[in-house]
Amino acid sequence: MRIFDPHIHMTSRTTDDYRAMYDAGVRAVVEPSFWLGQPRTHPASFYDYFDALLGWEPFRAAQYGIAHHCTIALNPKEAGDPRCLPVLEELPRYLAKDGVVAVGEIGYDSMTPAEDRALAAQLQMAVDHELPAMVHTPHRDKAAGLTRTLDVVRESDLPIEHVLIDHLNETTVAAATDSGCWRGFSIYPDTKMDPDRMVALLRSHGTECVLVNSAADWGNSDPLTPRRVGEAMLAAGFTEDDVDLVLWRNPVEFYGLSGRLDLDAAEPASPTHEGNSVLRGGE
Amino acid sequence: MTAADRDRLGALRSELDERAQDWLKRALAEPDRLEISFAAAKRACGAPHAVRVRVALLAEHRPPAARLAELYRRGNAAERLAVLEALPELAPDTDGSELVHDALRTNDPRLVAAALGPYGACCLAPHDWRQAVLKCLFVGIPLAEVHDLAPRAAGDDELARMLRDFAAERTAAGRTVPEDLHHLLELTSRPAPARPAPDRSALDHPATGRPVADHPVTDHPVTGRPSTVPSPVDGPAAPRPTAPGEQRPTGQEI
Ligand SMILES: [Zn+2]
Repeated sequence: MRIFDPHIHMTSRTTDDYRAMYDAGVRAVVEPSFWLGQPRTHPASFYDYFDALLGWEPFRAAQYGIAHHCTIALNPKEAGDPRCLPVLEELPRYLAKDGVVAVGEIGYDSMTPAEDRALAAQLQMAVDHELPAMVHTPHRDKAAGLTRTLDVVRESDLPIEHVLIDHLNETTVAAATDSGCWRGFSIYPDTKMDPDRMVALLRSHGTECVLVNSAADWGNSDPLTPRRVGEAMLAAGFTEDDVDLVLWRNPVEFYGLSGRLDLDAAEPASPTHEGNSVLRGGE
Repeated sequence: MTAADRDRLGALRSELDERAQDWLKRALAEPDRLEISFAAAKRACGAPHAVRVRVALLAEHRPPAARLAELYRRGNAAERLAVLEALPELAPDTDGSELVHDALRTNDPRLVAAALGPYGACCLAPHDWRQAVLKCLFVGIPLAEVHDLAPRAAGDDELARMLRDFAAERTAAGRTVPEDLHHLLELTSRPAPARPAPDRSALDHPATGRPVADHPVTDHPVTGRPSTVPSPVDGPAAPRPTAPGEQRPTGQEI
């Protein structure tokens, strides 16, 4: 079973997680830039974070045979803090980077006017940089949040087929499916979906344009939940090909819209050049 | 742009397809868009050419030190590597020693190795150079990637002491001593050259393939060990031919 986790915050995870993920079949991840739990108060804190998503984290992942890409954005939680707004002006510089496969996570937290502006501005940046957008749905007031999100997307120049709407559940799946966007489901203990409910939704709403992720981060989360979904799908009678579509081909197709997906790193790699630590001839 | 730069650019162009050639032509003519084209080089010209395209952009636009530092600091690992690769081309106008030190502080072996290329070999003071070489042994970077290793190590008693201490610590912990360490220890026992060494090893060096003439030697003399610095060469030396499919280790696109 090959697995592409399209939404996981590896910054918060240990190398043991990378090892366990590789053993479970994970060969590629996308790490959306998001909130770190502790609010940032300076734009430069974001730049160091973006650098980590573009430099250190892909390097760390490659050592465990996992290809790492990221999405870059000013997240909705911090878009409300005027001290962080200068980040919006610096985003184009980061959206030009090879490792960036979408603008994200964007979307709503408290549905404020500041969040409206940040969302619309960043959807336009996705258009400008020929990137898809990864939009999450808010934790609170989710159904209303989805409606408003879809309205803003429709008003933007970004085609809905270039938008992934994430953290969906039973109450939002129908509206999201009707809209024609890509649908993301986070299998996250207690607060989001679980493997059996996910299988039920795959039965009722199909496997097309569906992505399953762990959304693992610094909270009570588990990077192996996509594997559990794959196992639950097989137990429920889905074929290996169905599992591969949901856990690999769908995320590859969505993030492939960026033209920047490079899955060559999805092989066991050595931390040193060419794996050779022995002095070669000459000097 | 020097004659050598032009030759390199011509060779690079001949390897690019038509679309990439057009892109490069535009990028070379648009200094204001350097940040964007520098980031997009791999997508526009293909991974095998990305490092050389980025180096060519820097050689053409010759950004002032502050802008170069910003390209490095806001760059991903591949962009940072390209900046480090370009430092010999940009010398003596640009002092890149701060960037070399930054790369040496990272935990990314690719950046550490690139920092010990031809530019680092010249700009690092003895203490910093020894620490960097020791770091290579720690993180498993093949010492073959350290530019001018032999002439700098020759007669370096302090480096020899550090290596023996490191070996003793490893042995005490029941861990293996890197094979490279013994070879380097042997190099330190060779006599330091009394006069500027006619060192042309860069031409054959697996890690560089850069002509010796590109050394920023005149403006970046090694502070402590002038006797081991390769002497400046008048004309540009012929670049080492690159076999098909061959890549310089520090130039790997990532
Ligand atoms: Zn998230």
